[in-house]
Amino acid sequence: MPTSDTFYSQFRRAGISRRTFLHFCGVSAATLGLAPTMAGRIAHALETKPRTPVIWLHGLECTCCSESFIRSAHPLASDVVLSMISLDYDDLIMASAGHQAEAILDDIRTRYRGQYILAVEGNAPLGQDGMSCFIAGRPFHAQLKEMAADCAAVIAWGSCASWGCVQAARPNPTQATPIDEIVRDKPVIKVPGCPPIAEVMTGVLTYMLTFERLPELDRQGRPKMFYGQRIHDKCYRRPHFDAGQYVERFDDEGARKGYCLYKVGCKGPTTYNACSTVRWNDGVSFPIQSGHGCIGCSEKGFWDKGGFYQHVTDTHVFGVEANADRVGLAAVGGVGAAIGAHAAYSSYRRGKQSVDAQTTTSSPTAKHPHETTGN
Amino acid sequence: MQTSLPTTRQTAVYVYQAPLRAWHWISALSITVLAITGWLIANPPPTLSGEASDHFQMGYIRFFHFAAAYVFAVGFLFRLYWAFVGNRYARQLFTLPFWRPSFWAELLHEVRWYAFLEPEPRKYVGHNPLAHLFMVVIITVGGLVMIFTGFALYSEQTGLGSWQDQLFGWVIPLVGQSQDVRMWHHWGMWVIVVFVMLHVYTAVREDVMSRQSLISTMISGWRMFKDDRP
Repeated sequence: MPTSDTFYSQFRRAGISRRTFLHFCGVSAATLGLAPTMAGRIAHALETKPRTPVIWLHGLECTCCSESFIRSAHPLASDVVLSMISLDYDDLIMASAGHQAEAILDDIRTRYRGQYILAVEGNAPLGQDGMSCFIAGRPFHAQLKEMAADCAAVIAWGSCASWGCVQAARPNPTQATPIDEIVRDKPVIKVPGCPPIAEVMTGVLTYMLTFERLPELDRQGRPKMFYGQRIHDKCYRRPHFDAGQYVERFDDEGARKGYCLYKVGCKGPTTYNACSTVRWNDGVSFPIQSGHGCIGCSEKGFWDKGGFYQHVTDTHVFGVEANADRVGLAAVGGVGAAIGAHAAYSSYRRGKQSVDAQTTTSSPTAKHPHETTGN
Repeated sequence: MQTSLPTTRQTAVYVYQAPLRAWHWISALSITVLAITGWLIANPPPTLSGEASDHFQMGYIRFFHFAAAYVFAVGFLFRLYWAFVGNRYARQLFTLPFWRPSFWAELLHEVRWYAFLEPEPRKYVGHNPLAHLFMVVIITVGGLVMIFTGFALYSEQTGLGSWQDQLFGWVIPLVGQSQDVRMWHHWGMWVIVVFVMLHVYTAVREDVMSRQSLISTMISGWRMFKDDRP
């Protein structure tokens, strides 16, 4: 149940030393790209502020966001973050169930009206009256709308909540709909990725709790601090891209030497995320470092952009599913052949015309030689 | 008006002023560079060996693409300006008299001429209606699409808050995501390549078979007519 004690007292009760606590504050400040002095302000905020209630809803999803979240990198950081916020409802990990669990939602909604953060993992299928995702006997979209009505802000965890992800991939049979298309009257912070990076998730929460405001968002509602640049912009293999050194096949010399994965379909140049800087699993690695191209999992509709291993993607319009280069080359060939045929027939006609012209000009009645020819 | 016929008793008319001709050839050159480097960005040459610091191949390809893109975009802005201060033919690229029945009648006539159904084409001081339609659709509309999608992609490397991002960054979420903008920009290249093929062919063919000059007009500016009939 919600409590109003501070984060710091909560940490101490959990046996976390002050030294570890200050270490976390420093690491959080560094992760957020803040000045070193901000570590003190983070510590002060955690020592004095009451914990913000967070309601964590699960819609149509696979729980990979939660799996990522609990692996937040630094020792004890996952514990710390789970204690930092007052995580009052999360049907995945909460002990209570059934009516007891659902009662918490009503309680928070009335007691903390306009103050709690609604974190949503997954999205809501709107097709068949929302039949594809039922929670506590009613469609998920009903629960989502009800809880969103009184929240301070919504965090859309992962690509499901942000864009729709795999359940919204063509042809989207359940009409899975991202959160910002359902909740329109509250700020929605998109934290896309499949899953998002653990430190990005905790970083966004830490920022919101520390500064009591939303992080600065880009045009699509993503925090600029983590989604302001492409994977490609900070990729350690970027020098190989600029040099023209690519992995042509996964078993070639370039792959062994760690060349750029552009030609084997890396979506780093079109993907906004922090993987190439924050990396995964406590900064151990990220897909490109492991020798596989980025699949663009934090981008809108990434399931529908053709294969993960092709760079020039397929087009799905006008009932066509083809690659621009295949169609383009075919069009150039076709038009070239048509031009050749047209030119040949034109010159044949012209030759015929001049012969006709010579015969008709010999006739005294012909005034306009061209008009007597042709059809 | 420029598209109406007939132009009688004129053997030569000054159509394309010098700045407009310069724009045409500069754009032709920049489009050529853009198409080649654009193709190479999507389909890079075979991988190079040695140290990464020894080469800057993709870097140069992209540099030439961006340089040519700036030339094309600035040229486009100049061309828009010239439509206001240039002669009446300079306005054709930005005006299409689709409300005029005569435009459609002449367009049909031109199509029939290319289909060998008319004995000879009509004479036009400016563009013939078919060419006029293609110029507006491909060069004006198509050029704008390429400039907007191109600068939107360019803004991805200049970064959030750059002027390219402020002016063109909205294109990316409008189209979908970065990958989609790339794809349409790539499609645009193929449309322009096909247009250039048709443009060059019809210019040569008209120069030979029509009743007026085409290629030399874009060099000297003078439209020469081969006969004095209407």
